[in-house]
Order: sequence, then structure tokens, then C-alpha cells
Amino acid sequence: MSPNITLILVSSALIGTGVYLLLARSIVRALVGFLLMGNGINLLFMVASGPAGEVPILGEGEGGPMADPIPQALVLTAIVITLAMTAFVLALAHRAWQLGRDDLLEDDEESARIHRRAEENDLAGESEDDADVIAAEFAEEDD
Amino acid sequence: MNEFAWLVPLPVVLPLVGAGVNLAAVGRTRIQRAVSMSVLTAVLVVTGVLLFAADVRGPQVVQVGGWAPTEGIVLIVDRLAALMVIVSTVVTMAVLRYSIGQGRSSFDQESDGHAPLPVFHPTMLVLSAGVSTTFLAGDLFHMYVGFEMLLAASFVLLTLGGTEARVRAGVTYVFVSLLSSMLFLIAIAMIYAATGTVNLAILATRLELIPHDTSVVLHLLLILGFCVKAAVFPMSGWLPDSYPTAPAPVTAVFAGLLTKVGIYALIRTQTLLFPDGSLNTVLMWAALASMIVGILGAVTQDDIKRMLSFTLISHIGYLLFGIALGSDAGMSAAIFYVLHHITIQTTLFLVTGLVERVGGTTASSHLGGLARISPLLGILFFVPAMNLGGIPPFSGFIGKVGLMQAGVQDGGWLAMVLVVGSVVTSLLTLYAVARVWGRAFWGAPPQPEEGMTFTPARTGKSRAMAAGVVVPTTALVIFTLVLTAVAGPLFDITQRASLDLLLREPYLLAVLGEGFR
Repeated sequence: MSPNITLILVSSALIGTGVYLLLARSIVRALVGFLLMGNGINLLFMVASGPAGEVPILGEGEGGPMADPIPQALVLTAIVITLAMTAFVLALAHRAWQLGRDDLLEDDEESARIHRRAEENDLAGESEDDADVIAAEFAEEDD
Repeated sequence: MNEFAWLVPLPVVLPLVGAGVNLAAVGRTRIQRAVSMSVLTAVLVVTGVLLFAADVRGPQVVQVGGWAPTEGIVLIVDRLAALMVIVSTVVTMAVLRYSIGQGRSSFDQESDGHAPLPVFHPTMLVLSAGVSTTFLAGDLFHMYVGFEMLLAASFVLLTLGGTEARVRAGVTYVFVSLLSSMLFLIAIAMIYAATGTVNLAILATRLELIPHDTSVVLHLLLILGFCVKAAVFPMSGWLPDSYPTAPAPVTAVFAGLLTKVGIYALIRTQTLLFPDGSLNTVLMWAALASMIVGILGAVTQDDIKRMLSFTLISHIGYLLFGIALGSDAGMSAAIFYVLHHITIQTTLFLVTGLVERVGGTTASSHLGGLARISPLLGILFFVPAMNLGGIPPFSGFIGKVGLMQAGVQDGGWLAMVLVVGSVVTSLLTLYAVARVWGRAFWGAPPQPEEGMTFTPARTGKSRAMAAGVVVPTTALVIFTLVLTAVAGPLFDITQRASLDLLLREPYLLAVLGEGFR
């Protein structure tokens, strides 16, 4: 089987831009990225199905090689699933916008809190001055 | 050998029909509850029969619509699939009972937070159907469809009520899950391009024929997708940020089931499609990293739910370790550990839900003296917590010992490092749960302070420990103890299951018939 180069190029461009957009903090951008990626992958299935052929129904074609019907069935399913997921993410983006008037993803508070605590307790990063201060405090206590 | 095969689609069909009925009965809480519980009971009975059939007469296969495996969809139940469906159904049932006892599906604002959400029951049933689909699927694409079903349901459950925290957690979870599904879909497209099939049994025979380099690439793509789902380090960052915000029953069912679906897919593909184990070393390193990084995360957490989420990641490392060993003993111990871990993690999250009801929060720094308020809650937390930590004679100990024995049997230096790593992880798990145990149950009761956003024992002890929530939690705790009691026979079954998996012959014979060679 010789793969279709045009389809591969288009598909990799779609998947590449899709991944780039998915990394964005904005929910809508990420959604667009997801859509582009989904379409890119659908094209990938078309590449996998091999060269175009006649209708894959017995008795309909003129005796030439048939197209492979299975990838087309798979792509149809994938498209439907992508549609459902898109609907959900759109609702989510709308809800996020309703709540905060923007659709940017925020940092996790609990993670941030633990980071702060780790920085407060960070002994390795302390300069010598701090060590001197601590030593001085100990000396005072001894007195 | 296939006379029970007509039962095979039922674990998928029954919950879906139930979900439909539940949607029609929106607003009639009683009907919804009755339908959900009877559907899940029926699934449990059906899968019990299927486990017996698969154990005694070999894998049960259905060719959907009568299509041959080359064109159509194949559903197959072997011992592994049957065990997974049984445990997941038990867990889902307990969680549903808990949420029924809670009298509401989430802490939403309507009706003073006591309104049951009409979509809760249908969504839980769809989730259950999706999980079963993944376990029964005989081809990669059907597995993908199962994944998407359970993902769609989990998205809805995670963002129930649409509060700000849940939307924030939901966005991370949704996009990470979607990305991992996309990776899986790319892998499927590539596999179809290379072999011309997505059926697992046919793939098993065809993948041996394609160049080794190509099959390694396909293998990597599949593993990557599954490892994101299973929250294997370094693809685990999403989990502790998304799970703790959901209501207790939802978190419990997520923690028990969703990551294990990824693990199941790994076991399936690892044994059936790529038996040469060329990536086992990579998996071992990932297992070690998951164990250590996960448990170190757990040790620093203050919130009990977050602590449990991190132990979840670290214990995924154990499962991965068993799979990566690739030996009979390792696989068997991994299957045993999956079953143990599904129940134990769900139980702990349900108990944490009880802690939240009694103490008003899950932040262990704001809890204290719970053992005096409710000794029963103390027992309910203590038993599964020690089980998670791997104290003998609990099933956690048995599973861990099985894994370590398998590691020692393997004898390689990396396996030895992992054995040491799993001992360290086990001890640190014990430290993490003991710390929570000491602070929340025996520490001084919290002093009311300025700006405290909760009131301890908010709902009053008698209502917080209502029978409706305590009974299902207790039942699940008892179920974890039953796992310990029947560990012998269960280990026998997992041993037979793993032997079948590694031989591959029974599976291939069941799907392809005599002429597969």
C-alpha cells in the first residue's frame, strides 16, 4: 500500500496546530485545538484505509477493487463522539464564562498553597546571613 | 463451551436500558433508585454466572450481529474481564446506595442542597455501562468507544452542579482525558494502517508479522494513551487536581474505577498484542517513579481527599510493576492487586465522605477528636487505611507480598530496586494514613477561629452518621475483609487468569476458532 502523501501532510498539520492550541489556557482555544486534532485524526483513518476504490457494496461496483469500508465506519463513530464531546466542552466554557467572566484556566489553590509552604520551609535555599542570624539567636538563648 | 455467551452483552445493555428508563423517570426519585439498584443487581448476577462459565468452560464470546471477527465487533468475557466487571459493579452499587442514603447527589444550591440531581442516576448507569464495555471489548475501537462512554459520564459527574471549583477541576480533567483519547485514536489509526484490523485476536497474530520497529512505535502510542488514563507518573498531574472537588460518592467511584480501566487496557494489550515485553524496562521505571513520587506527594498533603488521590497514583505503580514483570506470578499478583485496590480506594473515599459529614471538612488540620465523636467512624477508617498501608493479614498485604515475590523471582537488578521501592512506598503509605488517623481522630478538637468557613459536626452527629450512608460504607469495608478471607481461592483464579493471558491460546481459540494458526 502506498500512502496518500497529501492526506498525511494535511492531517499532520491539523494535529500539530491542534496540540499547540490545546496547550492554551483559554478553554475555547483548547476546544478549537481539540476539534482540529480530531479532524486530523479522522484524516489519518482515511490514510489507513488505503487507495480509493469502488463502492464497498457487492453488486454495486463494476468489478474493480473496492474501498475499505471499515475505516469509514470507524471515522463516522469518531466524528459522532467528537461532536458529543464538543457540545460538553462548549457548555463547560459557557459555564466558566458565566461564573468568572472569562474562560481562562486558573491554578489549583491547594497546589499553590503547598508550593508556598515548601518555599517557607526551604532550608537549602537559605543564605549564610540567615544561618548567622539563627546561630546568633541560639547564642542568645544559651546566655 | 459457549452456552452462556448470550449473557455477555448484558453488563452493557442492562445499565444503558436502565439509564434510559431513569431519564424517562426524571423527578421520580424512588423509581430512579429502584431501577438503578435492580439493574446493578442483575448485572452482578449475570457476571457471577459469566465468571463461573469463563472459569470452567473457557472464554465466552459473542460476535455482535453475527459478523465475523474480521469485519464485526466481538465481545468476550474471560476470567480477567469477569472479575473486573464483578468488582466494579459491587463498588458502583455501594456508591449508589451511599448517595441514596445521602439523599442528595451533590452539595448544590437548590432546595438547600438537598435536591437530588435528576441526571445523577442515569449518568452513573452510563458510567457503569462504559466501564463494562471496555472490559468486554474484543477490539481496540470498541474499547475506545467504551472509554468515551465512561469519559462523557465522568465529565458530567465531575462538574455536577457547575460550581466554580468543579468547573475549574473539570476543565483540567476534560482536556487531559480528551488528549489521551486522541492519542489512543491515533494509535488505532496507525495500527489499522499497519495491520488492516482492530480486532485484538487477529492483531495478536498479525503484529508478529510486521517489522519490529513499527510494532514498537505502535506499542508506545498505545501505552502512552493508557498511562495517561491510568495516571502513571509523569502523566498523573491531572488526578489530584480534579478528583477531590467532586462530591464524595463521585470521587469514590472515580478513584475506584477510572484509572483501573487504563490498567485493564494495559494488561490486555501487553499480554495479547505485545507479548515480547520489549518495553517492560520503561514500564518498570514508570512504576518506580509513580510509587515514589505519588507517595511523597501524599505525605505532604493536608486534605484527606488529596492525600488519598496521591496514594492512588503511587499504588498504580504497584499494578504497573506487576504488569511489567511479564511473568505469571507478576501478572497474577497485579490482577489480585487491581481487585483489592478498586474496593479499598472506593471505601476510603466513602469513609472520607463520612468524615466530611461529621467533621464538616476533610482538611486534617481542621479536624480532631473524631474518635471520641464517633468510634464507629474510627473503625471504618482504620480498617481500610491499614489495608491500604499493607498491614497483615489484609488483602493489601497479600497483594503486595505477591508482587514482591514475583519481583524477587524475576531476579533482575531493576526488579530488585522495585521490590525495595515498593517496601519504602508501603511504609510511607502507612505513615501518610497514620498521620491522618492521628490528627483527625485523636488530635485535639479544632478551636473555632476567625474566618473558619465550616462548623464542625455541621449536620449533627446523629444525622451525619445516618444509617443510609453508614450501612453501604460498612458493607464495603466488610467486602474488603471478605477479599482477605477468600484470598486463597481468589488468588487461584487470578493465577489461572494470568496463565491464560500469557498463553494467549484460549483467547485466540475462543475468538478465531480452530483455524487461527
